[in-house]
Amino acid sequence: MNIQEALLEYCLRLGDNSLIIGHRMSEWCGHGPILEQDIALINIALDHIGQARNWLTLAGEIEGKGRTEDDFAYKRDAHQFRNLLITEQPNGNWGDTLMRGFLFDTFNFYLHQILQHSKHEGIAAIAEKSLKEINYHVKYSSEWVIRLGDGTEVSHQKMQDALDNLWMFTGEMFEADEVDQLLLEESIGADLQQIKEAWNDHVREVIDEATLKIPESNWFQKGGKQGRHTEYLGYILAEMQFLPRAYPDAVW
Amino acid sequence: MNKKEWPLWEIFIRSKNGLNHKHVGSLHAADAEMAIENARDVYCRRNEGVSIWVVLSSQIVASDPDEADALYEPAKNKIYRHPTFYEIPKEVGHM
Amino acid sequence: MLSNEQLEKEFQAKIDAEIKIEPKDWMPDAYRKTLIRQISQHAHSEVVGMLPEGNWITRAPSLRSKVILLAKVQDEAGHGLYLYSAAETLGVDREELIEELHTGKAKYSSIFNYPTLTWADIGAIGWLVDGAAIANQVMLCRTSYGPYARAMVRICKEESFHQRQGYEIMMKMAQGTPEQRQMAQDALNRWWWPSLMMFGPPDDKSIHTAQSLKWKIKRQTNDELRQEFIDKTVKQAEFIGLTIPDPDLKWNEERQHYDYGPINWEEFYQVINGNGPCNRQRMRDRIKAHEEGAWVREAAIAYAEKKQAKKNAA
Repeated sequence: MNIQEALLEYCLRLGDNSLIIGHRMSEWCGHGPILEQDIALINIALDHIGQARNWLTLAGEIEGKGRTEDDFAYKRDAHQFRNLLITEQPNGNWGDTLMRGFLFDTFNFYLHQILQHSKHEGIAAIAEKSLKEINYHVKYSSEWVIRLGDGTEVSHQKMQDALDNLWMFTGEMFEADEVDQLLLEESIGADLQQIKEAWNDHVREVIDEATLKIPESNWFQKGGKQGRHTEYLGYILAEMQFLPRAYPDAVW
Repeated sequence: MNKKEWPLWEIFIRSKNGLNHKHVGSLHAADAEMAIENARDVYCRRNEGVSIWVVLSSQIVASDPDEADALYEPAKNKIYRHPTFYEIPKEVGHM
Repeated sequence: MLSNEQLEKEFQAKIDAEIKIEPKDWMPDAYRKTLIRQISQHAHSEVVGMLPEGNWITRAPSLRSKVILLAKVQDEAGHGLYLYSAAETLGVDREELIEELHTGKAKYSSIFNYPTLTWADIGAIGWLVDGAAIANQVMLCRTSYGPYARAMVRICKEESFHQRQGYEIMMKMAQGTPEQRQMAQDALNRWWWPSLMMFGPPDDKSIHTAQSLKWKIKRQTNDELRQEFIDKTVKQAEFIGLTIPDPDLKWNEERQHYDYGPINWEEFYQVINGNGPCNRQRMRDRIKAHEEGAWVREAAIAYAEKKQAKKNAA
């Protein structure tokens, strides 16, 4: 694998994370627990999809074959997607969505904090721009995890269930492969070990304040970064890609 | 009001530094911090603000419109408080 | 103390002098009731209106169209919120209003009981439904009740992109592949008549119009607004080569307006009264969201109280 190939992979991972979690959040539109929060969550969905567009456009530039953001979003199949498994997990209830958001946002925040200093100008620029948005995402989801964890008995139980169900998808975030290694050596990518420590600190602090318990299991699912996904992604894509697939000649 | 529902907050936004906070509307939130975040999402989607105040609607004390005459009429006949009341010769220039 | 009759006279004098009525001002009970009914109906329409368009967010055919649609539907949530806020200045809680919607006591715009079947419907809604809504909303910016008028000003400012995005979708599809053209024409065929119904029953059948005009809650009649909308829209359809599904539509030189065919008011009343294709589905979705959100709203209050108690103890 050369640097250019690694760069392409890296951008697809970043873009697909944002695209898929943004898509998931957009499913909430019109169905939130109260109007104010419907609006709040959609703002975050908009941030994610906006970021995805930037990353996928950069991926196209790096690849140099003229592929656009939409080519990447609409014309790849599940095994070609590089998002983390946690981002494609179903919305479940409001607590499940916010817990998924919290675990991912925290990772995403530390990742972008490092990437804003990447030696690759394009990556650094997008990371810096996204960081302000992600900073708010972490604040928002952390507050909700605390609020619901330490709210009522019912909400506490729902949040503990959410954490238990999602925990096995967190390990993958810190699993470095050849792409991560190569770009770390070039001072382009982030040191996942460093992120893991920061992530652990923040997650433990919030979970503690939320009066919840971190599951003891150390057995984690992985594969999203390499294109091996859960069953959910196929359905997301079937829905998302329907029009461009059914009418390949159409311009929308 | 049903105790389980979120209280109403009045929202004031400063659109840019140098201007007053201005009342823009209201929204529901469980607490003050959430009210500020909701105000950001509801009333600042198009870059409308740089600073937000939130006040519980129930905490606002308003004057009574029935007393409007007593409160505001007396100010109307003190026309000597306005610069146009005074005649200054043109030759003196702007004052 | 002034008698009710005197108060009412003074109230009408203020209205006639174009002085806005503010929340704490004296107002006739019927004025308050009419406002609550109209503003809450309007708010409900915004919120229920999120559903037919929301139906296509996850299937938007490009990332650009996805963010635009998301932002637009989110705006509608915002507009519902501004309107509920305006209604709350009249002494009702949003929760009571939502309860009335969910129990079928309150109405909302009947247009949202029609289904969105293809992507062209998203174009048709923006172009026709928002177009019709804007005609109504521009008028309401001058309504006599201050908080309602202010909410409408804010809404009109934000709505201006909605109709354009709808027309852009229609234009692209009308000029696209044969299948896209067909979808565009089909969407126009399905949405045209319900859009005309949005302005409400004809003036001679409208029970609220006369009083609402006197109070300057409304400033134009249903038929006036409907005519304005038709006159504007015909040209826009012609420009992109689509045909308005009304064989009686023709320019009337004398009136300087388009004449149009009869509107099926039987269908209108049937849909209003619950027999549209999606009434039940829309209410099921709204009620489900509200009920499934109950534990979230409750927990947030419980947490806020705990936090406050801790603060007080410290």
